[in-house]
Amino acid sequence: MRRLLVAFACAAALVGGGCADQGSHAQAVYLLVDTSGTYAKELPRAERVINYLLGTLNPGDSFAVARVKSRSFSEKDIVAKATFTKDPLAANQQKRVFKEQVAKLRQKAKGGSAYTDITGGVLQGAEFLNETGAGRKTILIFSDMQEELDKQVKRDVPLNLVGIRVVALNVTKLSTDNIDPRRYGGRLDAWEKRVREAGASEWRVVNDLEHLERIFRN
Amino acid sequence: MSWMLFPDNTALSALVLFLIALPFLYAARMPVHEALMGLARAVAGSFRLAARWLSRSADALRARNKTVLLAHAREEAGAAIEREFERVMQLVTRDLSGYPALQRKLLDEITRVEEDYQRCNEVPPPPPNWTKAVETIAKIKDGGDGLVVKILEDIANSVDDIYGKIVTEYRRSYEERHKILKGFMPFWRSLQQTLTRVDRNINGLSDSAARIDALMEKYREIQAGSERMEQTLTSSAATQFVIAATVMLVALGGAFVNFWLIARPMSAMVGGGEYIAGGLEASHIAALVIILVEATMGLFLMEALGITHLFPRVQNMPERLRRRLLWVSFTILLILAGVEVALAVMREQIIAADMAFKQGLGGAATTPPAEIGWVASIPVAGQMILGFILPFALAFVAIPLEYFIFSGRTVLGALFVSLLRGMAFALRIGANIAKHLVVIVAKLYDAVVFLPVLIEHWVRGRGTGAPRAAGGAVGKRAVFDREQGS
Repeated sequence: MRRLLVAFACAAALVGGGCADQGSHAQAVYLLVDTSGTYAKELPRAERVINYLLGTLNPGDSFAVARVKSRSFSEKDIVAKATFTKDPLAANQQKRVFKEQVAKLRQKAKGGSAYTDITGGVLQGAEFLNETGAGRKTILIFSDMQEELDKQVKRDVPLNLVGIRVVALNVTKLSTDNIDPRRYGGRLDAWEKRVREAGASEWRVVNDLEHLERIFRN
Repeated sequence: MSWMLFPDNTALSALVLFLIALPFLYAARMPVHEALMGLARAVAGSFRLAARWLSRSADALRARNKTVLLAHAREEAGAAIEREFERVMQLVTRDLSGYPALQRKLLDEITRVEEDYQRCNEVPPPPPNWTKAVETIAKIKDGGDGLVVKILEDIANSVDDIYGKIVTEYRRSYEERHKILKGFMPFWRSLQQTLTRVDRNINGLSDSAARIDALMEKYREIQAGSERMEQTLTSSAATQFVIAATVMLVALGGAFVNFWLIARPMSAMVGGGEYIAGGLEASHIAALVIILVEATMGLFLMEALGITHLFPRVQNMPERLRRRLLWVSFTILLILAGVEVALAVMREQIIAADMAFKQGLGGAATTPPAEIGWVASIPVAGQMILGFILPFALAFVAIPLEYFIFSGRTVLGALFVSLLRGMAFALRIGANIAKHLVVIVAKLYDAVVFLPVLIEHWVRGRGTGAPRAAGGAVGKRAVFDREQGS
């Protein structure tokens, strides 16, 4: 009812003098799925996250899913990406196609990789999100957050994550973490520090995938 | 720097300081009293002035409200009288203009009935001359004479024949009269109906006359602008205000349902995920604009029909132009209702597609729905019907809206007058409090410096031989009271 009243006031203002919202309310989400090593077995959980996002994203929103596998992250690692049209029925169709594309991810992920170029994925993700021009930009990293880079790859480049929220999902503990639990916390702290220094609007870790709505809770 | 003269003893320090200050306080007693009085005078005077101004404003506002109320009531009563006269005129032109014809018909029918009645009169049998002959013959004694017996027998036979013929004729004559009487029935019925109609018309006229009398009486009272009439009209306006507000709330509920009915499918038309202002979706704004346009068209429709009188310019339009406005607004309303029907269908499609997709996401096998036939289309049909009816239902909001505006002016005006009067009353109380408070403060001051005051009284008493009336606050209070006129 309150929204109706606000809408009423705005409609009156619209008729009277016009009130256009300059800021974008669209949402853009870039999901990085770690398919390397032992983490590949977590893929069904990643699919649950993807399904949840497909169910909650609205027409006009953008969504991309990429896998963090290769030695050096590139465009080829983007499994599916789409900006849903404004028409709800057409957007529904786009989501169906997106889901089919994502279904191929499991096949592609067979046999884990030795490398995990999270930084490369984040760089690409930030680029994609900025291109969409969305109002709310989110990078979701479905990974144990353990980066495994090739010696030749340089990833000490500065990140630019201004206005982007970064959420680490399902950060599982490695066997080394069980030996020394400080390593787990240290790894997450290091990422948080790095992300915040890059200008990210928020850093969050969500391990309870039963409550996925927490990802976007303000 | 500490104020304490004796650092270890606060009470003693305070006492010594008080004793030092006492002569100064006594010396400042009169100026302090005067300052307090001046302050009280300023505060109370301002309060009284403001109260007076508020009272006058309330009176002026009430007078203005009364003028508006009476003018509106006069207009309403005038329109009601006009309407009653129109009814009477209609009755006279429609029914009583045909009264001469009706009267002629009535007279014709009565004449005909009279004629028929005359024809029905019983025809007296012919004078019984033959009875004398019968008597004479009856005196004849047969004496066993065969001729006489024969003659008598013949006569008896002839009489029997004649009697039979007469009886037959008599019966035929009665039959004819009964037929005539039977023919009366439609005339009687027609006569009765005509008389009932006349009676009804006369009764209608007399009712209208009674209503006109009552309205004229009311009009006269309004014209006189009596206090009683003002109260009656205000109370009536308050009732109308509450009723109109209730009806408008109900209509708002209808608009709310209508809004949610078309908001979602609107995203297919204006685009989902488009925002205009303050996080409001463009589809929601578009749906609302459609509802507002429907309400506006309804307003014009009611105005063009002459049911409401919110726009004087519409009322003053030529009849032809007004009829055009009526058709234009009705057509737009019809088109919008059609659009809503289409949106209702679209809504169902969007919801179905969304549900199917979400079921697919959940991993559940998309099984075809069980065959439930026409029952499945009930929600769509219901939404379509609602989509078509609600715009027209919203059109009627114009009627309570008009009452809400007119009665609201009276009710809010009366409330504002009460508010102004309440404020004036509060200010008067404030003025009185300030006046009395200052006396209390002056007394408290005297209580603080009671010792020098007592000495002063004692010294003055010795000098004059009589105790002097308490000066200061008490004396000043009398002067102050005189000044304030209380």
